[in-house]
Amino acid sequence: MEFKTGAELLDFCEKQGCAIYQAIVLQEKTMYEKKDVEIYEQMKINLKVMRDSVKNVLEGKEVSRGQIIGGEAKKLRKRYKTEIPVCGMTMAKAISYALATMETNATMGKIVAAPTAGSCGILPAILLSIENTHQISEQLLLNGLLTAGAIGTIIAKNATLSGAEGGCQAEVGSASAMGAAAIIEMMGGTPKQALDGAAIALKNLMGLICDPIAGLVEAPCSKRNAIGTANALISAEMALAGIESVIPFDEVVDAMFQVGRMMPCTLRETAEGGVAATPTGKQIKQQIFQKHL
Amino acid sequence: MGQYSVFDIVGPVMIGPSSSHTAGAARLGYMAKKIVGNGIQEVYFYLHGSFAKTYNGHGTDKALLAGVMGYLPDDERIRDAFSLAKKQGLLYHFMEADLGDVHPNTVKMKIIMDTGEEWEITGSSIGAGKIKIIKINTMEVDFAGEYTTLITYHIDRPGIIATLTAILAKYKINIAFMKLFREKKGSKAILILETDEHIEKEAVKEILQNKDIEIAKVIEPI
Repeated sequence: MEFKTGAELLDFCEKQGCAIYQAIVLQEKTMYEKKDVEIYEQMKINLKVMRDSVKNVLEGKEVSRGQIIGGEAKKLRKRYKTEIPVCGMTMAKAISYALATMETNATMGKIVAAPTAGSCGILPAILLSIENTHQISEQLLLNGLLTAGAIGTIIAKNATLSGAEGGCQAEVGSASAMGAAAIIEMMGGTPKQALDGAAIALKNLMGLICDPIAGLVEAPCSKRNAIGTANALISAEMALAGIESVIPFDEVVDAMFQVGRMMPCTLRETAEGGVAATPTGKQIKQQIFQKHL
Repeated sequence: MGQYSVFDIVGPVMIGPSSSHTAGAARLGYMAKKIVGNGIQEVYFYLHGSFAKTYNGHGTDKALLAGVMGYLPDDERIRDAFSLAKKQGLLYHFMEADLGDVHPNTVKMKIIMDTGEEWEITGSSIGAGKIKIIKINTMEVDFAGEYTTLITYHIDRPGIIATLTAILAKYKINIAFMKLFREKKGSKAILILETDEHIEKEAVKEILQNKDIEIAKVIEPI
């Protein structure tokens, strides 16, 4: 048993009356001869690493320092602790968590690629922020992660998750779609709503290029994880309200893949276009590599 | 359309910042260590393409060195690889090199053992943390280390492969992939054999009883 498309997954869920995470656990069990408990235990390890990747930066004594980024997550935290955030507490916390994980990544800390290292901030951010504001149990968080994984497998099968192949829309866009579906599952939405939310999220970031300054996974990657997080939250909010995606999930995935193919190579992780090719971007690159030579 | 587990998507756990430049690099170093064994004294890393251009920004150097010390891609000691190597007395050097028509993320590792024995292992980080080893000493090879891998160095003579596979069959080990490489007829050859099951020590011992098989090593999947 293997779900190749969102339509197949939805059809199975609706016929069996089950959730997406239940369908994907079944697929995992049949494809890899695993037991339920093994699957959940492995996901628990991922969740723990995600928690630490946020906590160590926000609660650590030192200010994290990458080559370009560092200290941003703590700045946000200071603000939401002392002011009323303009985008609301859930959102403010979520984006600080996304930046924290990206700072962990930039400083050679331990992260969970979800789906990639360049987009590793989004899932921890949405899970841990709504855990906090909506009292979500650990079991539900794990179901959320499995739902996210299910969406990711379908994107991987039909398009790409790599920035070098599809631009940032393939990394942050996919992570955001996975995150939207996870939120919808954790908030008690239906499988149809989860796919709609994922489709909306992926559409909202369609066309996003990959233009890492100096080729490093830092800027604009870190802040792109913040927008991917915010986009997951707003896409989920819409889907949970019953707003549907005009274009079905599978067609959006296909469109994202086609857009990626049309993107010139300079906008796909080569650091030769976008903000990487601006005078400041080039200057930063020179400074970083001069320091080492 | 490939097959994907949810854990390929939510995972793996790794040390940042880059799956190809950091996690893949650690895996390449680790594979090299598994191939040459214990007793590494000095390593020269020849970095090609994107590895050469951006290695210090991504910690590729630390990850390669950590791998050679036996640390896996999710080991937090990667960050401190330089100081740990110094503590162990392991000498290391990084240099840019043109390795020819290979993947942009390729490294050649020249490894000097405490016995004076020298090895050259070349491998590429091909994306998403996946790797392949493309050369061992003068022999061009191709394997990824995703299965239990048996590597033998033997003399290219009739019947060697039959002996080997008969031993594996006796231990009920199923062969997933098998590749044979040689310099020329009757000279040294390398067999790379990837299996579904774990290969027991007894099986390796039995394989080594054949006088034409010089070395037989089992590398567990990473």
